[in-house]
Parts: sequence; structure tokens; C-alpha cells
Amino acid sequence: MNAMTSNAEAFLRRAEALATPAWVGALRRQGVEALARSGLPNRRVEAYRYTDLTPVARAEFGAAPKALARPELPAQRGRARMVFVDGVLRADLSTLPPRPLSDAAPLLGTVENSATAPVAALNAALAEDGMFLDIPAGENAGLIELVSIVTEGAGPIAFHPRHVVRLGEGASVTILETCEGPDGVGYLHNPVFEVVVAEGATCAHTRIQREGQGAYFLSSIHARIAAGGTYDNFTLNAGAKLARNEIHSALEGPKAACHMNGAQLVGQGQLADTTTFLHHAAPDCASRQTYKSVLTGNGRGVFQGKILVAQVAQRTDGYQMNQALLLSEDAEMDAKPQLEIYADDVKCSHGATIGALDENQLFYLRSRGIPEKAARAMLVQAFLTEAVDGVADETCRAALDEAVMGWWQGVAA
Amino acid sequence: MPAVTETIETVQSVAEGGYKWGFETDIEMEFAPKGLNEDIVRFISKKKNEPGWLLEWRLKAFAIWQKMEEPDWAAVNYPRIDYQDAYYYAAPVQKAKPKSLDEVDPELLKTYAKLGIPLKEQAILAGVEGAGESPSDAAEGGRMPIAIDAVFDSVSVATTFKDRLEKEGIIFCAISEAVQNHPELVRQYLGSVVPQADNFFAALNCAVFTDGSFVYIPKGVKCPMELSTYFRINAKSTGQFERTLIIADEGSTVSYLEGCTAPMRDENQLHAAVVELVALDDASIKYSTVQNWYPGDAEGKGGIYNFVTKRAACRGKRSKVSWTQVETGSAITWKYPSCILQGDDSVGEFYSVAITNNRQQADTGTKMFHIGKNTRSTIISKGISAGFGQNTYRGLVRIGAKATGARNFTQCDSLLIGDQCGAHTVPYIENRCISAKVEHEATTSRIAEDQLFYCRQRGLSEEEAVGLIVNGFCREVLKELPMEFAVEAQKLLQISLEGSVG
Amino acid sequence: MLKIEGLTAEIDGKQILKGLDLEVPAGEVHAIMGPNGAGKSTLSYVLSGREGYEITGGSVTFHGKDLLAMEPEERAASGLFLAFQYPVELPGVGNATFLRTALNAIRRQRGEPELDAMQFLKLARSRMKELSMPEDMLKRGVNVGFSGGEKKRNEVLQMALLNPSLAILDETDSGLDIDALKIVSEGVNALRGPGFSALVITHYQRLLNYIVPDRVHVLVNGRIAKSGGKELALELEAHGYAEVAA
Repeated sequence: MNAMTSNAEAFLRRAEALATPAWVGALRRQGVEALARSGLPNRRVEAYRYTDLTPVARAEFGAAPKALARPELPAQRGRARMVFVDGVLRADLSTLPPRPLSDAAPLLGTVENSATAPVAALNAALAEDGMFLDIPAGENAGLIELVSIVTEGAGPIAFHPRHVVRLGEGASVTILETCEGPDGVGYLHNPVFEVVVAEGATCAHTRIQREGQGAYFLSSIHARIAAGGTYDNFTLNAGAKLARNEIHSALEGPKAACHMNGAQLVGQGQLADTTTFLHHAAPDCASRQTYKSVLTGNGRGVFQGKILVAQVAQRTDGYQMNQALLLSEDAEMDAKPQLEIYADDVKCSHGATIGALDENQLFYLRSRGIPEKAARAMLVQAFLTEAVDGVADETCRAALDEAVMGWWQGVAA
Repeated sequence: MPAVTETIETVQSVAEGGYKWGFETDIEMEFAPKGLNEDIVRFISKKKNEPGWLLEWRLKAFAIWQKMEEPDWAAVNYPRIDYQDAYYYAAPVQKAKPKSLDEVDPELLKTYAKLGIPLKEQAILAGVEGAGESPSDAAEGGRMPIAIDAVFDSVSVATTFKDRLEKEGIIFCAISEAVQNHPELVRQYLGSVVPQADNFFAALNCAVFTDGSFVYIPKGVKCPMELSTYFRINAKSTGQFERTLIIADEGSTVSYLEGCTAPMRDENQLHAAVVELVALDDASIKYSTVQNWYPGDAEGKGGIYNFVTKRAACRGKRSKVSWTQVETGSAITWKYPSCILQGDDSVGEFYSVAITNNRQQADTGTKMFHIGKNTRSTIISKGISAGFGQNTYRGLVRIGAKATGARNFTQCDSLLIGDQCGAHTVPYIENRCISAKVEHEATTSRIAEDQLFYCRQRGLSEEEAVGLIVNGFCREVLKELPMEFAVEAQKLLQISLEGSVG
Repeated sequence: MLKIEGLTAEIDGKQILKGLDLEVPAGEVHAIMGPNGAGKSTLSYVLSGREGYEITGGSVTFHGKDLLAMEPEERAASGLFLAFQYPVELPGVGNATFLRTALNAIRRQRGEPELDAMQFLKLARSRMKELSMPEDMLKRGVNVGFSGGEKKRNEVLQMALLNPSLAILDETDSGLDIDALKIVSEGVNALRGPGFSALVITHYQRLLNYIVPDRVHVLVNGRIAKSGGKELALELEAHGYAEVAA
């Protein structure tokens, strides 16, 4: 292994030191090899042209504390939940009976790029645990919560959970994932999801990322969707110093669908990057993406979205929109929407806009007596509405609205 | 519009299926030895009788080029180019500038006739002094005169209407002549927009460029006629490396056209041009291209590799540069005509139609750098893919922190004809200014069955119907072309798509 | 109620208002007519506090207070309402939310109790009925997908809800058919009374058949060139601005 030439040396050394049970061996090998090859990319690598991961490679991370913390948990909103504290799965705090990740061994690393793209490879090399949600055919699992909390005393830990969600034919589930942690600590949360949606199944996944202001959040979601299945993702990205949200979806059977929406709320000292990759690999599939970024302070927002339509994917209907609102002089937004199309009977489009709040709209509201601050809040809210409206589940929607409001109050204060 | 009609007729008359400009002219040529090294650079410079500073400039570029790697980021595939297996200098043997039509090599004349350049201008093109230079001649047929600089392989063989333009203080000549007669202008501006180290192909061009056009429009002058350069690659195994430099001084206006063709050969030939435009305060440059280099045959054999660097500096306040291109030719097109919008209130525009049929590959687009305040840019790109063609739009819009009030609007549309081709869109949008506004839209679609059926029910053949719909798809771009070019370009689109239906 | 003295204003360095004097007493409706470019819209924006206009001289008092020193929302709270010539679309902002937020913001600034959702809906529905507006307009985004007539009716609905003491109608008649014109005019006339004044800015005499003014002013080249009774509007219609204002 020529591991030592990579800038991910420290991570690779940690991977070597880990106990490697047989069920995780193949995944770890793939991860280590890929990571040794690519390291954590800098801006010279095209896919990272706006987001440099070198700071993560340079940061020093410690081991999780031995003593188990007992943080105060928010009230449970779903039917059941699984709780991770400081990166450790806590059966004692979870209401969902945990299923060992080793049961998911045959699935690990099988969804496109889920072991080899740099963010996923970092996870593959170091994953030890995660949630395995296995919904049998025809079952509606309701709302499942996945909670990750980093506690005040945990220090700069690094954790790499690998979550596997498998839905049998016609099954359905709604996942509400929340990620939180203390400000001012440079910890790393590096979750990877592998989602396998069988024929006619539906997975709706809402993520609320409110990691601490000093944290690194490197996430990668990989979904494979069979005929007639649906994977919906909404990501609210409000925390972390550096956040990279990758979503790779493959529509593999006819009439599969994927909706990927999200909002990035980016403030002083933050960089938020959403990178989506949608692979239309079967005919008659539809995909919809709406991403909104709101930037304040010297916040930097990045959106990269690629729609790839393979030659077999005739009658593809693909749409992608990304819009950014700059609220300060020092903010910056970089966008790279991309279409790569090899089928002729397709309808694909993307749009992008970057600009400030519309002065006409602001004046109109103020002329009706609404104070400037409230008028701005109203317009920002309206801007986000188009993306948030895609979330059908009321509990998830309420959680999102609350998180957006909380963020805005923090900014406006 | 006699010129247009004649051109179309000529185009049709030489038609033998496929590419209509693919004939070869048998003419006595002078070559530099094959290959590329410092001696070749010195040979070219000596041949052109260049001053020492220019030779030094070329040698520096050559040294830079040797250290550079050929870029691989574009979505084009081609076998490695052997830069030592080509001629870098080829020119028709010509003693002195011919004084009358009789002195011009008849083969050269035939070439222009076959290319469909109208008769009157054909005489002019071959370098006959005096012909067609009176305004009454020019106005004949009710059309504007067009001054033409013809570049045959590596050299400019003729420039027309020079005297008439000189009366206005306009300089329009081969760049090799400008080096002799206006060295101060050339030295001031050459490489000021595209520096030697800009990219691999530009560096190569800096080292070995042989000819091209030079235009200078003095302060306050509106150029009274279209200026045009006609590029023709003829010789085998030669690269063509022309260099064009256009300077529009304060308050001046110019419209410039460029056309190009090459013989059908089963080898690939390299064309690596550099075009630099400079617009000062209140100046306006309109640069139109109809690129029709030989695209190779249906199996992808032969064709021109077109690696071109085109860039404009809108240095002055309220200056404006508009690029319009119709790209139908070449096996590979790699080209991003760009604007650096430095002057406050300056404007950049890019209108493009690119067609790839058979095995053609095009990776083309633009870059708009917004630096000055209230700078505006518009990008309209129409890509059409047929056969096994691959067509990529690649563009960058960058708004700097100080470009307050900047605006960009981008529209990229792709049309697919057939299920073996590809259409790709890769825009980069970077905004660091709160008061700037950027809008980008892109669509990909195919010709709808009901559109085709509607046309055919009205009696059009399928190919005619496709041609009609494609022309409609490109209308926003074609209307930006000078009128005479627009009609030719429409015809060209149709010809380029022949065989793509059914 | 409204007193404008020697008002001069410019936009992008170009002077538009060149010493405008105008007084609108309480309870009166005044019409301002004038050719394109005379400064009619500038006047309405300057009075409502839009950014981008530089006041270079003169004064405006409204209920005895310095209007020009106030923020746009303060002007609204003190009773000034502008019906926009081109009402702005607010995608994502529901019409009901918008109207209630505005109404309560103004009530709060006036020291009145806020209305809860039910109270508001009741009030809005009754006003909408008067203006023949379909109820689903409350659910739609503000002015999004509204026809020209619907937008103008929405302006009048807002006026009826916010209950101003001075309404400025900036070419409210433009783009309206005769039925819509009647409904809009009835909406304005319903508010007329001792505590309500209006400044009706228009090109055409037509609107003034429905909203009959107490005074008519001719605005030419940034100044009031002539003032008179309602018959002045007919005179303008018959002879044109050039002749009447000369």
C-alpha cells in the first residue's frame, strides 16, 4: 500500500489500527485503496474546484471519549428513533431495536461510488458502525428518526457512520435525520448512506444539519432506485464550518423517480457545498431538484449538480434549479450545474440564478407598513418556500420550519 | 442579394455529397522543413523579415510551450497529436504582388471561384490593385462592399479595399505587413489579451504563427464596410496558425467576419489560431465567424482539429464586444471566445450555433469576466447534435467583488437528432458581488414528432422539415450575423445536417 | 393633510421634480394629470419613500409631520397608501399572510390590537366580496399569476383593509377594462369621507368619470402648471396638455 504518499495519511494510519471483522473487510479495503489514491482533494481536482478538503486532511482529530455521555435529547417525533452520541450507536437511548450493521454486509459499498469517491472512501476506510434499516416488502415503516449529537466534552473527534437503508418491494419509510454539536470544536462527522429502493418502494429522507460552527461535515448519500420506486431527499444545511453534501442517485428501473431538494443557510466563516449526481440509467424516469442558498457574512456557497442521461434512458424528464440569495457584500456563490446527455428523446433543463433581495419587492412590502427587518425575513422565507414545499411529511416540515426560523433569528440578531 | 445567391449556387454546384469545399488546389508551394524546433521558429521569423523583439517573443513562447502539457479537460477524444509530423510553414510561391488578374496564379483564382466568393470580389481577392475600389462599384447590386483579407495556408495573399479604408485612417492588412509598417501598434497590443503562457495551443501559436489579419480603427471612426478574412488550408500535413489582432480606438465601430474551409483529406490537420480584440472607451467590435473547416468523413476519418483561443478585452468604458459564431465544420472544435469586461458599463455578448454530425466533436462556449461596474453580458448558445456527434457547451461567468451592478443572462439550448449523439452543458457561475445578478437557463430536447408531422403534412420533406426547425431553433443567434452571412449560414446548417434524418 | 412645498427631486442626477407645490386638504380627492415624463410616477415614489430618488429641496408635511424623514413603513403606518402602477409579484409569499402581516404591522404601529387569523379572514372575505374577488386569491402568492385587472383589484383590496387617510393611485386605470374600472372606482369611492383624501394620478379623463375629483392639477415638466376644478380634466381631454398648460 503506497498509503504514505496521500495527504490522508493520518486517516489511513487510523484505518490500519482498527480491528477489521470479516463483514467490513471488503469495504475497508476499497476505501483505503481509494483514499490512498485520491487523498482528500484540493481545488485542482475538478469535482472539488470550489471546495478544498485539505483543511480536513490537516486537522487533528482525537478518539471518542471512553465514558458515555448522557446528553439531553429532544422529544421523540417519530415512531421510533436511533440515537448516536459522539459517533457511538446508543441502544440505551434508542427506541428502534438496532439491527447490527454486519447484517448488511452483502450491501456495503455496492451502491455506485459509495466506496470510492473521496468522501465516501474516507468513510469506507474508517466506518465501524451505523444504522441498518431493513424494511420488508409491503411494509410502511412510518417516521423513523436518526439523531446524531456531539456532546460538549467530546473534543475534536472524528466519526464515520455508515447507514444502510433497504426497502423491499412496495415498502415505504420516512426518515428524519438531525445532526447537532457544540460550536467552536473542530470535530468531523463523515456519514455515508447507502439506500436501496426496490420496485415500487418509497423512501423520503429529510436531513437537518446543524453541526457546531467549528465542525467539518463530509457527507455522501448513495441511492439506487428500482422501477417505480422513489427516493426523495431534503437537506437543510445550516451548520458546520465546512460542509460537503454529496448525493448520488441512480434511477435504475423504468418509472423510477427522485426528488432532491435542499436549502443551504450559510453565515460568517462557513462554506456549504451541495454536490448532486443524478444518473438516469433507465427509460421513463423523472427527476426534480430545487436547491436554494442564502448567504450572509463572508459565507461561501457552492452548488454542483450533474444530470447524466444514459443512452437507454429514453423519455427522461429531468429538471434542476438552483438559486442563491446574497445578503452581504462579502458573500460568494459558485454554481456549476451540468447536463450530460446521450439519449435523444429527453426533456432536461436546468436553471441558476444568483442575486440579492429584490429591491422592488422589499419596497412593496415596506410601503404596506411592514418594517424592513420583517420584510426581509418574509422574502427570505418565501425564497426558501419553493424548496421546502416539496417535503410532504408534516412532522419533517415542522422541524424544518423551526430550524430555518432558528437560523434566521440567529442571523438577524 | 446577388452575393448570397451566387454563393449558394456555387455551393450547390460543387456539391458532390457531403462537404462541398473539399477540393484541393494544385499550386506551387514553399514549405519549411517538417517538425518543430527553435530553428523552425527562427526560419518563420526570418521569412517574415521580423524585427528582433518579435523573434525573442516567439522564442520565449516556444520555451513556454515546451514545458506545457496538452489540456485534457475538454469533452473531446482524439489520438495524440505528433507535433513533429507537420509542416509549420507553407505558402504559395508568388514573386511580387500581382498587378493584374493575369499575373495571379490561375489555380488560386479557380480556388476562389469554387469557394463561392462573388466574381467582382474574386478579382480583388487575388490581389489585383484598383478593381472594385470605387464606391459605385461597391454599391453595385445594392449591397455593402466587403473588404477581404485572404489567408491561403500560412500567408495572406491579398487584402482588398485597403486604399479606401486608409482614407479613413483604418488599417486593414496582413499582420505580417503590420509588423513592418505599424510595429508600435503591434508591439503594444500583441499578446496583451492572450499572453504567451495562456494555454498550450496559444503558446504554440505565439511561437509559430505565420499570418492573419490586423485591424486598427482610429478614434471616432465608424468602419464604412464589413471587414472579412477568408482562411483556406490547402497544403497537406500543414498546421495553420493564424493570428488576428483588432484594435478599436475610442468611439470607433467595426464589424468583422471570418470564414474558413479546407480540402477533404483523410489525415487530420491542426488549426490553432489566436484572435485578440481590444476595445477602448465607447468602441464597439462585432466579430462573426462561420467556421466550416473540413469535418472529416462519415466514419470520422480526417478533418481539422480546431483549437482556437479568442479573447476580447473591453478595456474602455462603455465598450462592447459581440462574438457570433456558427460552427459547422472541423472534426474537433475547442474554442471559447471570451470577454474581459474591465471598463465600467462595458458589454460582452456571445451568440453561438454549433453543429456536430457524424463523428464530429465540439467543446465550445465562452468566458465572461466581469471586473468593471455595471458590466453586462449575454450568452446565447445553441448546440445541435446528430449522428454520433458530441456537443458540449462549456462556459464561465465570473463576477468580481467590485463589479457592482453587473448582469449576466445565459441561455443554452441543445437539440438532439438521433439516439447515438450526445449533448452536454457545463456552465461555471461564480459571483462575489451582492448587487450583481446572474441568470442561467439550459434546456435539452429533441425535435418533437408533432412538429415534424405538421411540416410534412404541409408538404415538406423530412430533411426540409428538420432544416426548418433547426433554423428556427437557431434564430436568436443567426439574426446577430450580418445579413449576407446569415442566409449563407442557414443554408450551411441544412447541408451540415444532411443524412442525419431517417 | 398633505402639503408639498417647492419639492425638487432627481434620479441618477437627472432632475425630475422642479419645485412642486401642492396641498391636499382632508376629505378631498385631487387628480394629477400630465404627459409622459412629467414626473407623475416620481411624485408618487418620492411621497412613499422609494430608494433611488434624491430629494434636493423643498418639504412635504403629512398630518403636520415631516414625511420625507420617515421610512416607507412609517409612512404607511401614518396613513399613506400607494396603489402601484405595476404591483410587484412576490412568489412564495401567500396573499393572506402578506395582507395580515401588513395590517397587523400598521395596527401595531398605531397602537391598535392585532387581528388573529379568524378575525382577519372574516374582514378580508367581506372586503373581497365587495370587490368581486374570488376567494382563492387569498391562497395564491402575492400578485403571482394575477391578470392585470386582478392585480389592480388586489391593490384596492389592500387599500380597503389598511384604511389609509391618503391614498395615491398611480395610474390605477391603466390596463383595466370598463367593468374592472367600475369595481376599482367603487372601492375608492366607498372610502371617501372627511378622514380620507386621495391623489389620483392618471393620463386619461376616463377614470375621473368614476372617481370625481374636487381639484385637478396639471403636472408638466416637474411642476404644477395649472390647477382647477373637475372641468379642467375635460378641457385637457379636448385640447391636450400643450395648449392648456401653455
